[in-house]
Amino acid sequence: MDSIVIEALVRALAVGTPLLLACLGAILNERAGVVNLGVEGLMAVGALAAFAVASKSPDANLWVAVGAAMLAGAALSLLHAFATVTLRANQFVSGLALALIGTGAAGLLGKKFEGLPLFNKVPDWTLGSFTISPFTVAALILAGLLAFWLNATRSGLTLRSVGENPAAADVLGVNVGLTRVLAVLGGGALAGLAGAFLALSYRSSWADNMTNGLGWIAVALVIFVGWRPLRAIAGALFFGFLYYLQFRLQGNSNVPTEVFSAMPFILVLVVLALAGVRGQAGDAPAALGRAYVRGER
Amino acid sequence: MTAPSAARTALVTVASVVVALLICALIFVFAGQSPAAVYGTMLRGTLGDPTGLAEVGRRTIPLLLIGAGLALAFRAQFFNIGAEGQLLLGAVFAAGTALFLPVPGALLIPAVFVAGFVGGGLWALVAAALRRVNVNEILSTLMLNYIAVALVTYLITGPWKGKDVRGYIYTDNFPQGAWLPTFSGTQVHWPTLLLGVALALGLQWLLTRSTFGYALRVVGENPGAAHYAGLSSTRVATLVALLTGGLAGLAGAGEVAGIHHRLLEASQISLGYGFTAVIVAWLARGNPALCLITAPLMGVILAGGDLLKIDLNLPFRVVDIFSGVILLCLIASEVFVRHRVQWGRA
Repeated sequence: MDSIVIEALVRALAVGTPLLLACLGAILNERAGVVNLGVEGLMAVGALAAFAVASKSPDANLWVAVGAAMLAGAALSLLHAFATVTLRANQFVSGLALALIGTGAAGLLGKKFEGLPLFNKVPDWTLGSFTISPFTVAALILAGLLAFWLNATRSGLTLRSVGENPAAADVLGVNVGLTRVLAVLGGGALAGLAGAFLALSYRSSWADNMTNGLGWIAVALVIFVGWRPLRAIAGALFFGFLYYLQFRLQGNSNVPTEVFSAMPFILVLVVLALAGVRGQAGDAPAALGRAYVRGER
Repeated sequence: MTAPSAARTALVTVASVVVALLICALIFVFAGQSPAAVYGTMLRGTLGDPTGLAEVGRRTIPLLLIGAGLALAFRAQFFNIGAEGQLLLGAVFAAGTALFLPVPGALLIPAVFVAGFVGGGLWALVAAALRRVNVNEILSTLMLNYIAVALVTYLITGPWKGKDVRGYIYTDNFPQGAWLPTFSGTQVHWPTLLLGVALALGLQWLLTRSTFGYALRVVGENPGAAHYAGLSSTRVATLVALLTGGLAGLAGAGEVAGIHHRLLEASQISLGYGFTAVIVAWLARGNPALCLITAPLMGVILAGGDLLKIDLNLPFRVVDIFSGVILLCLIASEVFVRHRVQWGRA
């Protein structure tokens, strides 16, 4: 009995890993006041970059592949930073454009990788009779680090101040624009890392649309967990468990498969509605989604 | 703040599209394709001959209907990104009506359209209802897209699966009475096109000349003032959702009744019309009537994307690159539209 519980937990953690990584990235840039809806596209280019490097030769360095994924995510999110911070364009629309560009570019550049084998995937670590991906461990540690950094360090406070009250931060000598750009780049790198996990560990392959909405769920998760990194672990675990259930119950019951494939999205709506009814939107950084213009209120 | 002149706005809009096409060319170079070949293929096969023009026309129909509705929605600051799902629900309701409802012959086609409007409208109303509890409509409409795809798949593999289709997954053909007439030799179902043109003009009138349109613009441009004036932003959002969702639903009804004549896989009913129409509406700067120009433009890109798939073996997803880059260039160019105003004030 215990082993079933542990297995469910381990599987939920595995599916929850990309959600957690992408969610942490989104928390990072949203706490600095910038919404990035492009996570789905960032994950797609991250996955492709990782796979492109790792499938090149049998002795390709997997660290380099992971680095390439994070770099790709950061590079694409630089567009978002430029449009929303420098040009003060609408953050929501820019993020949407980013999602389209990311999935489109990954589809175009990745066509030649479809169906190719991956010579070696990132090896899982064995814990007794279960295995766990190093990505999962890294994601859990990152959640702790991000929580500590945001709440207990001076630079973390600076980042939060830019998201809560950029005018006040500006008066105190904080470079609001630079802080926001760096936060967006960091968020992009983490979304890229989430993609790398899919390509190098979880799926060990590349396919068009392999992110399949995970990026959007991660963005919604940020609201559900109230912009808190440690709560994101629980949120990711919850949705990971849901995907695990879908996997376990498919074919074993009379319920049509489509009910299960729609379930995560239905549940996102339910939890967002619950968060809304509880007034959780009030937890959002006060300047979230708004461009900062010096001297304007 | 005085509005920037129409000429300047038009100039910046055209310039940003040109810049976007240049950026896309760079992406093609990076992907190892000759931009000249890509753009050449797209233009020759779309505007170059009557067949191509018909293909553009066929894709313009849903883009026009959805784009005109979205233009209205964006003016009200209701960011409906779920037209894709609303289109699918329209297709489902239309298919259900054509296949299973005992509607007398002459009324069948009108009934199919009404059903499509209702299906799309109801799906958008879910997002409007969720907005009342502070659920961001961008996220809710996106999630509803995925749910709509699952619903279509369920219907065509389950209860609505055709009796004579064996291994394929689609419904039986609609009765002939529900097929929309087309211009001969093409797939341009003209009743839907006519509906699109009329509704684009009608919505423009609604937006600029009616009391509701005025309320809509105030709610969108200055929610605070709207509140003090006693205008209910919730009521506006609900009506706008119903209208835009309904128009997307009409587009869905048109696709299944005009082209496929049955309900089939979601990816075949819509070639990403819901997302591409966002660009149509944004290019038209929130003017439904201007979608008469911008919808064919994006229609060229969608039809061209098909040719790239066939002739150059590129994935159809390249149209997402076009859409994304154009959208990004458009919103980045806002700053040039606004700048003029600030110079004028100084």
